Amino acid sequence: MFELITYGIVLGSIISLGAIGISLIYGILRFANFSHGDLMTAGAYIALFFITGPLAWIGIPDNMFEPFSFGWRIVIAFPISMLAVGGVAILLDRVLYRKLRQMGSGRVTLAMSALGASFIIRMIVLIIWGADYRFYKPGILRPALELPLGIKIRPDQILILIIVSILVISLHLFLQRTKMGKAMRATSDNMELARLSGIEIEKIIIWTWGIGGALAAAAGVLYGIDVQLHPGMGWNFLIPLFAASILGSIGNIYGALIGGLIIGVVQQVSTAILLPTYKPAVAFLIMIVILLMRPEGIFGGSRT
Amino acid sequence: MDNTDDFILEVKDTTVGYSKIDILHGVHLQLKAGEIVSVIGPNGAGKSTLLKTIFGCLKPRKGKILLKGEDITGLKPEKIVRKGISYVPQIANVFPSLTIQENLEMGAFTRTDNYSPRLQEMYELFPVLEERKHDKVNILSGGQRQMVAMGRALMLDPEVLLLDEPSAGLAPKFVSMIFEKIKDINSTGVALILVEQNAKEALSMANRGYVLATGRNVLNGEAKAILANEEVARLYMGG
Repeated sequence: MFELITYGIVLGSIISLGAIGISLIYGILRFANFSHGDLMTAGAYIALFFITGPLAWIGIPDNMFEPFSFGWRIVIAFPISMLAVGGVAILLDRVLYRKLRQMGSGRVTLAMSALGASFIIRMIVLIIWGADYRFYKPGILRPALELPLGIKIRPDQILILIIVSILVISLHLFLQRTKMGKAMRATSDNMELARLSGIEIEKIIIWTWGIGGALAAAAGVLYGIDVQLHPGMGWNFLIPLFAASILGSIGNIYGALIGGLIIGVVQQVSTAILLPTYKPAVAFLIMIVILLMRPEGIFGGSRT
Repeated sequence: MDNTDDFILEVKDTTVGYSKIDILHGVHLQLKAGEIVSVIGPNGAGKSTLLKTIFGCLKPRKGKILLKGEDITGLKPEKIVRKGISYVPQIANVFPSLTIQENLEMGAFTRTDNYSPRLQEMYELFPVLEERKHDKVNILSGGQRQMVAMGRALMLDPEVLLLDEPSAGLAPKFVSMIFEKIKDINSTGVALILVEQNAKEALSMANRGYVLATGRNVLNGEAKAILANEEVARLYMGG
């Protein structure tokens, strides 16, 4: 049981990164980004591309990063992938969503266009890398460490929790301390008043997509480290991501963090009685229950 | 154009509307530096629309808006706010999940200089805000929110402040306090356009007044004269 909870927290922390992005984008644009899962996939594969491609070509060795199950190249590939997917998300907004917004398209049209973008991303991944499972470093499996209280956790998973913590704390400091971060929260609160205060909304939107995309990429790479890479990996995360952000009150990134952890733990613990293939169904069930019982989420009620 | 220099802000023969329906029909208004102009009139007269038009939220179909002689017609709000006008909408005029101080900081968003002295001035103008500066605005009373809203708009040290019904929905004790604050703001040299339902109060503190009805100028002149006008009193002041 402890093991399932530990794994659930690791999975949940990855879900949180994605859910925070969904919440951030929804908070500012009132936009349900159905391509978010596939931005995760793109992130995982862009890191794989750099590990097996350019970084190999320029002769950077991929010696094992002890005690983890991957090589050193990922240290470079990880931030590159975050930047790249942030860029992809901004590009999608500039060429697609912004046009639709300017045309006055409704939320459903925007959500459907995001769904379309998600298919395109997934198909590109499928065309380039095929449908097989991939690993950043094939054939390496590290045994779990035995911690006190019977907690078992692999070194990779400890690193995942550390990286998620660093990213979440950085985002928190950015939103609370910097001028741009505060302006993002202000825009999320009241876009019209933000505009009247002289805040350039388009700039805020670009930051929002950049951060959302970068966090999605991070989630994708971390999932690739924890489990494996597959073209459908992000798509399978879509329901847990939305369940987490709705549970934590969509628009509230701290709620998304908690929501992600809850969804991750419940999904893992459910495998004690259900087949693991039902994990997305468990997330879906939670989402339905929240939407029926408390649609504003656990932290809701104060939005205007 | 001969006497344009006398006015800090001038609305000339402006027609504006939403989609196909015009709300304002050839409205004019003039504001001199340092004065208070009150715009009164019944519901639906177009008072709020006039402020939105000045601030660039709506684009006039016809007419001109001049700020110190410069044509600002059709500029977007984010540009106009950089030119020395600030606007406090009637509703949704604060960032509820931000703290008081963060609201004021957002008012100073376009400033690149050090605005802490201005922040201090705002806390001197509204001492109650300083006591609670790290509280979120969504837990404040209506009167305090109105102070936050005005403080936010004043952070840029504007020459012109547009206030849309600052007393609306406030408890009576807050109404008189907000009007006192408006006088204080004016005494620092800020020219004000005050749109109000509360016509008597608004006119008694104004230099001049404009009466609008169904999107047209009905009357304008010295505030005292409008206050003394029996027909205006009968039509718009409930007495």
